[in-house]
Amino acid sequence: MGWQRKVLRVDLTAGTCESEPLNMQWAAQYVGGRGLATRYLVDNVDPAVDPLSPDNALVFATGPLSGTLVSTSGRYCVVTKGPLTGAIACSNSGGKFGAELKYCGYDLLIIQGRSEKPVYLLIEDDEVSLEDASDLWGETVWKTEETIKARHRSEDMKVASIGVAGERGVYYACIVNDLHRAAGRSGVGAVMGSKNLKAVAARGTRGVKVKEPTRFMQVVDEKNRKLFEHGSRRALMRYGTLSMIDVMQKFGGLPTNNFQKVQFEGVDRINPKAVVETNRNGHKNLLTNKACFGCTIACGRIAHIDPNHFSVVNRQEYWHASGGLEYETAFAFGPAVGVDDLDALTFAGYMMNEHGMDPISFGVTLAAAMELYELGLITREQTDGIDLRFGNAEALTVMAEKTGKYEGFGRELALGSKRLCEKYGRPDLAMVVKGQEFAGYDSRALQGMGLGYATGNRGACHLKHDTFDVDMEDVSGKGKAKPCKHSQDDIAAIDSAGICLFTASAWDLDDIAAQVDAACEGSWTAERLHDAGERIWNLERLFNLRAGLTAADDTLPPRLLKEPAPSGTAKGKVCELDVMLPEYYAERGWTANGVPTPDLLRRLKLEDFIIESPA
Amino acid sequence: MHKSLLIDPGKCTGCLQCEMACSLEHTGEFNPARSRIRVFEFEHGLNNVPYTCTQCTASYCMVACPVDAISISQLTGAREVADSICVGCRACVAACPYGTLNFNPETGKVDKCDLCGGDPKCAEVCPTDAIVYGYPQGDVPPGMFALPTDADSAPTEVH
Repeated sequence: MGWQRKVLRVDLTAGTCESEPLNMQWAAQYVGGRGLATRYLVDNVDPAVDPLSPDNALVFATGPLSGTLVSTSGRYCVVTKGPLTGAIACSNSGGKFGAELKYCGYDLLIIQGRSEKPVYLLIEDDEVSLEDASDLWGETVWKTEETIKARHRSEDMKVASIGVAGERGVYYACIVNDLHRAAGRSGVGAVMGSKNLKAVAARGTRGVKVKEPTRFMQVVDEKNRKLFEHGSRRALMRYGTLSMIDVMQKFGGLPTNNFQKVQFEGVDRINPKAVVETNRNGHKNLLTNKACFGCTIACGRIAHIDPNHFSVVNRQEYWHASGGLEYETAFAFGPAVGVDDLDALTFAGYMMNEHGMDPISFGVTLAAAMELYELGLITREQTDGIDLRFGNAEALTVMAEKTGKYEGFGRELALGSKRLCEKYGRPDLAMVVKGQEFAGYDSRALQGMGLGYATGNRGACHLKHDTFDVDMEDVSGKGKAKPCKHSQDDIAAIDSAGICLFTASAWDLDDIAAQVDAACEGSWTAERLHDAGERIWNLERLFNLRAGLTAADDTLPPRLLKEPAPSGTAKGKVCELDVMLPEYYAERGWTANGVPTPDLLRRLKLEDFIIESPA
Repeated sequence: MHKSLLIDPGKCTGCLQCEMACSLEHTGEFNPARSRIRVFEFEHGLNNVPYTCTQCTASYCMVACPVDAISISQLTGAREVADSICVGCRACVAACPYGTLNFNPETGKVDKCDLCGGDPKCAEVCPTDAIVYGYPQGDVPPGMFALPTDADSAPTEVH
């Protein structure tokens, strides 16, 4: 109940697809989704492997609530060793693909090895096969999805695929499903490409059962009401996440021009007001909002590009509606690179979805390249004649497309900030943790966010902890360790249940536990979910330590630790990571070197993973 | 007067809660592949259109059924399939011009919307009122809801 109790294991080297029973003991300890996928990854992959080698595995996972009437039940996550970071990667996506995978009868899909030729995996309930994808190799995500659906005459088929970016190993290539939802971060698409796997196509007719249907529906109805009536849900429905751009601008936490500044002059041209304004051509950017599978929030944006805009003026193929700007894309294509041209931002977003790339990492990498260009370390000859200065909208649209197609200077941008800045002699300009680019929150203004970035198991990430409220109250490192640690554990549990983090504004762990309890065997409480979350966080940490990462990787670039914020609430301040980090390790029960102690691991039932001599 | 499922695609976000609720009601599990209401998506999710049986007056399915397995519910007006009589020949599937009957390979019978006996679950769970079970204009009988007011001007052109 809740779980389908089945795992699909695909060995691309051998060309086999076999199902096996789900390890229910692990399900009881790790719930599902992110947690279970991590446990299976640890069991199948040596943390020291090259992420782009056949020895790495790619785990797609749903949770016990996936495919049920619990709001936002369409989520799935992809867990693997990430090429961008060399750390564990865990990328979460919405849309409909996750639910469909579960309706095929599987909780998890484990992909191992490497196919000799390009293939796609076709799953129709128990009928699973590897299909030739030679004709799809080199195609975009959009074309691939359309072709596969047409080939199998099934509009109901859900497809998760990679574009050229994933095939060619762009370090932040993502896996896109349902045209514009993505397992976005850490380069999971490059891992898929390294395996010669173009797509996973799923059509399922196996239902998902819950333990107590009548009680389940009562609980779900109550929790849906609570979510629906919550103010933040209404705001998400109306503005998407984009409203955050005005909040960050006012607060002075909006990273601008590769984090040289924390406020952006052009914000009014790309904010929630701008996307609903009619421009001089009579064009309005935002068309409507859209829900992922099972979601009663519906924060997704559907927008279109002004046909008169230079990016699409003679390219009718981009005049249709598609995924529009949310906060992170607006930040990464806007302030991060100093661009305030709304249509250029929207076009760059289309490029990310069509070619399969993480917008955050692309935008922040372009920002680093722009700073290197302005310093004279990259020249116009190298950039295919494009003037790569901050604020140039054409530089954004052209480079987004070149990187997606792996052409020209796009091949340099494909490296990600860390490798690019190392190559051009200024590693300090890479705005990353563990090689992964920051999201749109400046660590000098939001100090707990800085701690969350620094300690993030997948590198810099804004989605694996939540210290937002305490950060907005007080710009200092004081009192941030505890909420950071506890929210990391809570979110690990939410990611494992198979639902969206955006429910957390209205639901606490009690609300989620009540729904898990009505759906799944066993007795589920908030405390049990929190413990599972802590177990998951520590297991991810142990994977990273075995992969060769150390406490020295729990750090931020010198810009955030030494260059004071030039304006805003945090004017004159740097990120006080030196205060927060020791407190955080203590709060976690780790040694001063950031290693989980044997006592902690025994309490978490992770005794098999005890590291006797701390690194 | 029977109520109808009033569907407004303009309000639909494509969340598919209706499909899940429908399948739970009819099969005891969440399984959109067995839902009797479907949401069709167009242009990268710009338009989402819920679609199900309108319980049409012509009742092509009922007329086509060779074993009289389909009848009209006095309570709701729904055209209902009696599983105990249905032989799974699919004549109704072919006859329906709207494509709202589906053969279920698990049961060997045909599934169609039965308005859940007067308490349709799709409408109950729809978070945006894109699906409402009621009368076209509140309690006003159909055909009476577009009465002109003094503020309206008479049409000046007729096409």
